[in-house]
Amino acid sequence: MINPTDSFGAPPLWKNGPVPGAFYNFPGSNVDKQHISQHSQAPVTTATSVIAFAFNSGVIIAGDLLASYGSLARFRDCPRIMKVNDNIILGAGGDYGDFQYVKDFIEQKVIDEECLDDGFKLKPKSLYCWLTRIMYNRRSRFDPFWNTFVVGGLQDGVPFLGTVDKLGTAYEDKAICTGYGAHLALPLIRDALDKNPLLSEVEAVALLKKCMEVLYYRDARSFPKYQIGIITEDGIKIEGPIDVNQKWELAHMIH
Amino acid sequence: MSATVSRPYFPDYAANAPTKHHFSPYADNGGSIVAIAGDDYVVIAGDTRLSAGFQIYTREQNKLFQLTNTTVLGCAGCWCDTLTLTRLLSARMQMYEQEHNKTMSTTAAAQMLSTILYYKRFFPYYISNMLVGLDDEGKGCVYSYDPIGHCEKAKYRAGGSAGALLQPLLDNQVGLKNMQGIKSEPIPLERALAILKDVFISAAERDIYTGDGIHINIITKDGLKSDSFQLRKD
Amino acid sequence: MAATLAPVIPDAGFSFENCKRNADLVKKGFPAPTATKTGTTIVGIIYKDGVILGADTRATEDTTVSDKNCMKIHYLAPNMYCCGAGTAADTEKTNAMIASQLELHRLNTNRTVPIVTANQMLKQFLFRYQGHIGAALILGGVDNTGPHIYSIYPHGSTDKLPYTTMGSGSLAAMAVFESRWHKDLSEEEGKQLVRDAIAAGIFNDLGSGSNVDLCVIRKGSVDFLRTYDEANKKGVRQASYRYPKGTTAILTTKTKNIIVEDVSVRPIEAMDI
Repeated sequence: MINPTDSFGAPPLWKNGPVPGAFYNFPGSNVDKQHISQHSQAPVTTATSVIAFAFNSGVIIAGDLLASYGSLARFRDCPRIMKVNDNIILGAGGDYGDFQYVKDFIEQKVIDEECLDDGFKLKPKSLYCWLTRIMYNRRSRFDPFWNTFVVGGLQDGVPFLGTVDKLGTAYEDKAICTGYGAHLALPLIRDALDKNPLLSEVEAVALLKKCMEVLYYRDARSFPKYQIGIITEDGIKIEGPIDVNQKWELAHMIH
Repeated sequence: MSATVSRPYFPDYAANAPTKHHFSPYADNGGSIVAIAGDDYVVIAGDTRLSAGFQIYTREQNKLFQLTNTTVLGCAGCWCDTLTLTRLLSARMQMYEQEHNKTMSTTAAAQMLSTILYYKRFFPYYISNMLVGLDDEGKGCVYSYDPIGHCEKAKYRAGGSAGALLQPLLDNQVGLKNMQGIKSEPIPLERALAILKDVFISAAERDIYTGDGIHINIITKDGLKSDSFQLRKD
Repeated sequence: MAATLAPVIPDAGFSFENCKRNADLVKKGFPAPTATKTGTTIVGIIYKDGVILGADTRATEDTTVSDKNCMKIHYLAPNMYCCGAGTAADTEKTNAMIASQLELHRLNTNRTVPIVTANQMLKQFLFRYQGHIGAALILGGVDNTGPHIYSIYPHGSTDKLPYTTMGSGSLAAMAVFESRWHKDLSEEEGKQLVRDAIAAGIFNDLGSGSNVDLCVIRKGSVDFLRTYDEANKKGVRQASYRYPKGTTAILTTKTKNIIVEDVSVRPIEAMDI
């Protein structure tokens, strides 16, 4: 950490003057730069919805590949479905930079766990609980990670699905969608799961593809290329990029 | 390596003026809690809807937290604060148990909760708490709190998003207020449970943040029993 | 000055006389009372033989439900109806006023009023008030040129679409349409689709709730299906809450005798009809 006031940094060039690499503190300006802390007030490069739900033998999770810069479709190959270890899969929405930062930590955490070589692996509930504390801790310092994470996995063979947002608000459910997905995709998924609580993997993929299609039609920050992550007893598959099956016959009917 | 290390300081990128906080650390996640205490029992119920704005997060969220065999805490309000507070509480319960070689009494837990809440006086836990249990004589008691630790002991209480809607109803039906020629008899457990379910049915009719279902905890000298009940889902 | 013989007729349109007073009151910390908003799901689709409009029946004041079974599908003309979302009073009064003008128009022209006419009248009216009349409408009907659905926004912009949704539950309902609507829907399929779209709003949006109302408009006939589906059943009471006699406190009792001063009996003869 570079801090101009600590004894490791260079001293000011003259009394009350700037330290090398810093701005001059003009007399009369009451802003003391040394005491400003920069908080992430708003997300910058953002990813939109994450869609996830449990089916009869596992959990399915999807997110598109776009990272937007405001309303600009800036980065078009930003995967945000992440394999954590053999029984955890993670999806993220919100600020892409914050996601990459947290992702590095999770990867390091998994390596640390591996190094213990005790035969134990991180379980989905542990990661979910850990993320809750990380997110709550940052919100309490008014410097949140601007993300919504969705943790999917198999907890002792039982499908697990939970989410944590930038405040540390966390809950588990059979179906979890973030961002616009919560408004557009979740009603479709809840309805499908009410009618058939134990979808097969094939049915789950079909439902998810329908949701991604609807989201592409109505979410202006979405993108027609996405990834699907599926976790079952057989392991984790991350498929993609998959193209949205677009239908535009309707456009010819509007005059 | 910790994920919460402070950010590196880059002087060239330092802000020239203090920036405004647009970020709010709180959320209103709704939910209602109702508790009724009798001479030898106490019942507490919380709805299972977790929501924010016009959105339902989940329809199956338990908002009752068992602290000991005779003490239960119900929480409604900011859910991330609830998660943090209840984790802190369960750690403190365990520490007490190991230090004193006995479980904490309901009255002690009630006092501890007040202290923990007031500790965060200037960055409060935004929760409407309701702690119930049996006291040392085996009598049911209800303690309700404001977010910063004011504690009030009562025989019955409604809190959370439909609290203002339900409290007058409980005053009349449980407290037997504003009635003439009524013998003030203790309410039997069955009647308390029926009232509990009925007030939640009414709350689900008129409060948009209450619905989906309720979880009920019944504490008697025989221990803790759980029950649940469905509400409307719209 | 108003006199009995020459009364002052108020100017047509809204009265703005209290605006300045209300602004002063706001400054002193007395905000204006909030209006009932219908946090709503309303939809409209075109199907094979006409249009179907749908609405939920919840009206809210902030987080409290103020009406559990309100009507959001309003009559405009024999061949057209209009769903309203937003400020309840604005949608009702706007529709009632346009309905009366459309009836006069129908009598003047002696023909079925086209849907575009109603759309034009509504958008011109709403544009004049720059969004202060908070009415978000879905206008649907059938005329000589076929079935039409228009969505009309509070600022006066309009959209002509084969299916549309509005209100706080519009995204949930639109998701249903985007995944299932096609142009050759039969009436039964159409009604089921509209029901499911409204139900998606009712169950997933906290501003929408209670029942589903439908209105099917075909060429020459209308089915107004009030409470087409009771999506939610109210819970059954477990206990009785009847008060025994004498529960209400009597604070004071005062008896006043009626003094009969005069008795007169007048027989009434049966009338010849």
